[in-house]
Amino acid sequence: MNFELTEDQLAVQEVAREFAEKKLKPRAEEFDTEARFDMDLLREMGELGFLGIIIPEEYGGGGMDAVSYMIAAEELTRGCASHAAAVGLSNSLYGYPLLTYGTEEQKKKYLPGVCAGEKVGAFALTEPGAGSDAAGLSTTFKKTDNGYILNGTKIFITMGAVADNVIVFATSKKGSGPRGISAFLVDKDAPGYEIGTIEKKMGLKASPTTELIFSDCVIPQENLLGKEGHGFRIAMSTLDGGRISCGAMGVGLAQEAFNIAVKYSKEREQFGKPIAALQAIQFHLAEMSIMIENARNLVYKAAWKKDQGQDYSLEAAQAKLYASEISTKVTHKAIQVLGGYGYIREYQVERMYRDARVTELFEGTSEIQKLVIARYLLK
Amino acid sequence: MHIVVCIKQVPEIERVKVDSGTGKVIVPEDSSMINPFDEYAIEEALRIKEKHGGTVTVLTMGPASAAEALRSALALGADEAVHLMDPAFDGSDAAATATLLAAGIGKLDKVSLVLFGRNAVDTDASSVPGYVAGRLNWPQVLFVRKFVELSADKSKVERMTEDGYDTCEIPLPGVVSVVKEINEPRLPSLKGKMRAKKAPIATFSAAALGVDTAKVGPNSPTTIVRSQPPPTRKKGEILEGEPDDVAAKLFDKLRADQII
Repeated sequence: MNFELTEDQLAVQEVAREFAEKKLKPRAEEFDTEARFDMDLLREMGELGFLGIIIPEEYGGGGMDAVSYMIAAEELTRGCASHAAAVGLSNSLYGYPLLTYGTEEQKKKYLPGVCAGEKVGAFALTEPGAGSDAAGLSTTFKKTDNGYILNGTKIFITMGAVADNVIVFATSKKGSGPRGISAFLVDKDAPGYEIGTIEKKMGLKASPTTELIFSDCVIPQENLLGKEGHGFRIAMSTLDGGRISCGAMGVGLAQEAFNIAVKYSKEREQFGKPIAALQAIQFHLAEMSIMIENARNLVYKAAWKKDQGQDYSLEAAQAKLYASEISTKVTHKAIQVLGGYGYIREYQVERMYRDARVTELFEGTSEIQKLVIARYLLK
Repeated sequence: MHIVVCIKQVPEIERVKVDSGTGKVIVPEDSSMINPFDEYAIEEALRIKEKHGGTVTVLTMGPASAAEALRSALALGADEAVHLMDPAFDGSDAAATATLLAAGIGKLDKVSLVLFGRNAVDTDASSVPGYVAGRLNWPQVLFVRKFVELSADKSKVERMTEDGYDTCEIPLPGVVSVVKEINEPRLPSLKGKMRAKKAPIATFSAAALGVDTAKVGPNSPTTIVRSQPPPTRKKGEILEGEPDDVAAKLFDKLRADQII
């Protein structure tokens, strides 16, 4: 048993923390207020190696372990959750399925640009009528002589508005369940590809969340990802890995809000002394610290199991569920520690509270995580 | 083109204390970093290399811990690192440091350009670059804000002055110190950081450099007579009221203190 990070992992933490401190944190409030994602920062995250941290070096990535990835995700989220979400997207939701199920040509064509931050890859599963019921897709594909025709609408697509290539899940026939689903690599310039509404959200505002519309969208044969009918399997295995990084984001938001609360409690004076001297505040801080510690340990354990080549689906769901729920709780408590100031934008924690809330929703709601967990427990 | 960037490991200044009793400067052990101005020199060297090709060597004189500063520079993209380290160097002043750095540069292969940050934030003297140029008998331009032209044997630069800038042309090899207006330093990448951890660092002792230790370290020409903390600033006074009243009060005070 060893709870120490390796030297390499500590180095990843240092690099990610410095970038977050210098480039993300000072502008996070501005990005949130303007609901603006900074594409220059995306390129910089690519240059520094975050966007392809777990992608092998031959495809432009860093070839690092999942624990390092979680460390980076936590640190970047402490700076700005909206920009950190792009790292989860490129590594987990786009990079992983392409790497695992893509042909050599597909990997060589799409991964290096995304790892470098020059191109954006996205993941499109959710539909207006298919959220938690991910197999109930309405987007359909039809086989043609030299490819496929796609029809349907996807919603809540992270970075959809700026994506160059999107992994899209569609069914051969509505109602045909998991076996009817296939995955496609759809280029933004494919005929019949259209960007729909950019959603206005409660949090994670700087990350553009978009509707994508496919109207007789033409997909060449070579852009089928994996085999026909394997789409649901691709989606589910992708979400397993993505869940851990959602957990890391939850930890990052909680940790940052906690740090702000600790600092504030030492500076703010009421009743003639710093509020940190009051038990009411100390109790909050103690509870927050335990939740963060537990969540981080769950995240690290799930990532560690992945690195060992072990089945980590159960731990990933546990980490995602717990870390996302405590993220909301800890950021909520941070506002309480700051009192009225916590409700003011300038003090940052209200943004973190809004950002944290989505971690309980995306890549499988808390309720779905519980189903996944129970399925493993009762197996 | 071989560019050498001379860097210095400095403490985080705001954490340094001076014991007012003994006059001893107390530096917390974990507070070392690259002199912030040197980061601009490293960045400029990397940009020159990216544009014109060549290699970048970072050079420092300091205790064993200064290797961390060299590794930070390697993480940013420097190719080689050279560490001048010997107990006999401890306590070197600017003149002695320059002697050592010049000797170190003399050991390197065909150096065209030596870059410095404008000053080190601990001593604030800005004197080492000039001394080094003197030791090497190379031309120098200090406080440079821009490289306008650069070729194998000469360079045209803009030197910041209080009210503008001068354009200077120097033959190479030469010594240039840069100001922070020159660029925006990059941050280390994951790959750079990993590479830097394992990269070899060449070290030179006094014997290897062939320097006379009678003039460096504790034998430096500078003698420190006394150290003391800077005087604490007196608390300011805020005058309140309507602007006209405040202006009148301010005038009276300045007059009373014989400032006007």
